[in-house]
Amino acid sequence: MSSAANIAAPQHKVSPVSLRRRVTDHAMTGIAILTVIVVLVPLVAIFGYLLVRGLASVNWAFLTQTPKPPGEVGGGVANGIVGSGMILGIASLLGVPLGIGAGIYLAEYGRNRLGDAVRFTADVLNGVPSIVIGIVAYAIVVLRWHFSALAGGVALAIMMVPTISRTTEEMLLLVPQALREAAYGLGIPRWRTTLSITLRSATSGVITGVMLAFARVAGETAPLLFTTLGNEFWNLRLDQPTAALPLQVFNYAKSPYDDWHRQAWAGALVLILLIVSSIAAVRYAVRRGSFGTA
Amino acid sequence: MANPAFHRPDMPGLQPIAATKVTTSAPRPEPMLRVSDGEMPDRIFKYLMVACGMAVLGLLALIIFELLLRSSLTWHAFGFKFFGTSNWDPVNEQFGAFPFIYGTIVSSVLALIIAVPLAVGVAVFTTEMCPRALRGPLSFFVELLAAIPSVIYGLWAIFVLLPLLSDHVEPFLAKTLGLPRILGWTGLFTGPSLGAGMLAAGIILAIMIIPIISSIAREVLMVVPQHQREAVLALGATRWEMIRIGVLRNARAGIVGGIILGLGRALGETMAVTMVIGNSPDISRSLFAPGYTMASVLANEFAEATSNMHLSALVEIGLALFLVTIVVNTLARLLVWTVTRGQPASTHV
Repeated sequence: MSSAANIAAPQHKVSPVSLRRRVTDHAMTGIAILTVIVVLVPLVAIFGYLLVRGLASVNWAFLTQTPKPPGEVGGGVANGIVGSGMILGIASLLGVPLGIGAGIYLAEYGRNRLGDAVRFTADVLNGVPSIVIGIVAYAIVVLRWHFSALAGGVALAIMMVPTISRTTEEMLLLVPQALREAAYGLGIPRWRTTLSITLRSATSGVITGVMLAFARVAGETAPLLFTTLGNEFWNLRLDQPTAALPLQVFNYAKSPYDDWHRQAWAGALVLILLIVSSIAAVRYAVRRGSFGTA
Repeated sequence: MANPAFHRPDMPGLQPIAATKVTTSAPRPEPMLRVSDGEMPDRIFKYLMVACGMAVLGLLALIIFELLLRSSLTWHAFGFKFFGTSNWDPVNEQFGAFPFIYGTIVSSVLALIIAVPLAVGVAVFTTEMCPRALRGPLSFFVELLAAIPSVIYGLWAIFVLLPLLSDHVEPFLAKTLGLPRILGWTGLFTGPSLGAGMLAAGIILAIMIIPIISSIAREVLMVVPQHQREAVLALGATRWEMIRIGVLRNARAGIVGGIILGLGRALGETMAVTMVIGNSPDISRSLFAPGYTMASVLANEFAEATSNMHLSALVEIGLALFLVTIVVNTLARLLVWTVTRGQPASTHV
């Protein structure tokens, strides 16, 4: 608008950029740089505190023992680590096949109205607050059965499905159509083509999507509060309340005991490390595995 | 305007999918020689995959069904009054969710006020100003913020942010913005500096939604055609004028979409907020005072709710939260979509 007025005026001499405009330009650049610094400060602070306070508190007992009664010094979160593993295992068993299946549906059979509806629903599900998913898992599993690792697993599985299905779809669509045609030309049935050719070529992308979903739910606490409930002791049964690392971090953080505060930092560090290392491990395995095929 | 360089699987033409469909669905004469052509497994596989796809629809239906079913008790008892009254008394079975709704809205709006300028600033800097080599690492670091679990934000906030707020930031704000002739009349910056409260919740939420808003904003800014920038520069604009006129104006619908997406996340965020907001159902005008949100009342009371009415009231809060986030997210996706699908946000170029 203002620039349009500038063109209209037939000016043949190039007027120097006015001081006001130059100052504004520099000021805006300065402000932009400032916003970056302001945003990076909490990031650095969070990781810094996590490393310093966490590393000072992690020890062998913390990783191998169960919690001590409130107020007593010592103990650890071994049951929480194992419990989280169980819950995430259940969630992956339920959520990954369903998510990949839905992704295959969207990419191979879902180029229509119904597919659009599924796509939209997946995006909507992605935005549902995790605590609401917790309520649903409570209503489905806990009310009809028990507070249990299974209930937590169901909640996390529901959260994994939309992410996995959408990334799987995207990755399958990246596979060139010619590859599918070549397979059909060889007389390979469609299901075999989808599984052994299309999905196979998209493996690394699909697994990246799965890991994204995994990382997102691995640190989730809200949907576990009233599904797995937490447990101070060992429990390996799927139908009993189970300890989970994020729950322990939460409970310790809001407790009044200094030693539990220390353990909360340690737990948070272990949680982050477990998430990052599981992602890195799978990434590494995929990269090595896909050299021969892709 | 489809770019021929892009592979478009949804374009008509080379579509073996359609071709195979014809052979499977078209009625044909009884074959003289039965050839095992894998038709049966194909059909089974297809139904299996369709079932998975339908399961996604089923999940949404299940969520809605369970939430409606389990909240019917309070709905029948209180109706719309549930959302307008402030009396939350599980012992006497009186339930009004207004303090939680108020807290959710105030903390989320506060988070947006803090996060939007920062997130847009970061997006503008990474796409328009910073040296190319810095671009990748910078956006990686900002998006790293999104990978930190909510409970860890809460932990950090309890032990680092809250003491900082109560000892330094809040007294400072009370002495500056809280002065009667500046913003004192609003009552926003008065009262004791407790640390835990609305302001703390707003700040921690802002930190959590900055990566969402800035990554979407970055995506939309990058869609703005390069010649747009060049044209504005050629007219003699400075870099900032180029960004304002040539870039931000075209991308604003998408940026607003990103902001609304961030809002959706802030509304439903549970753990970090529960840990810092103070959990008090009293409505106070001051930002320093503790509050309560819909998500945090669920987190605190759900596991201990014993009476059916209490449980039903909590589920109804969950239902309200669910509906609001669906509306907000749908709106956001539509806005982002209008920009990234090649539709210019403003009609004049």
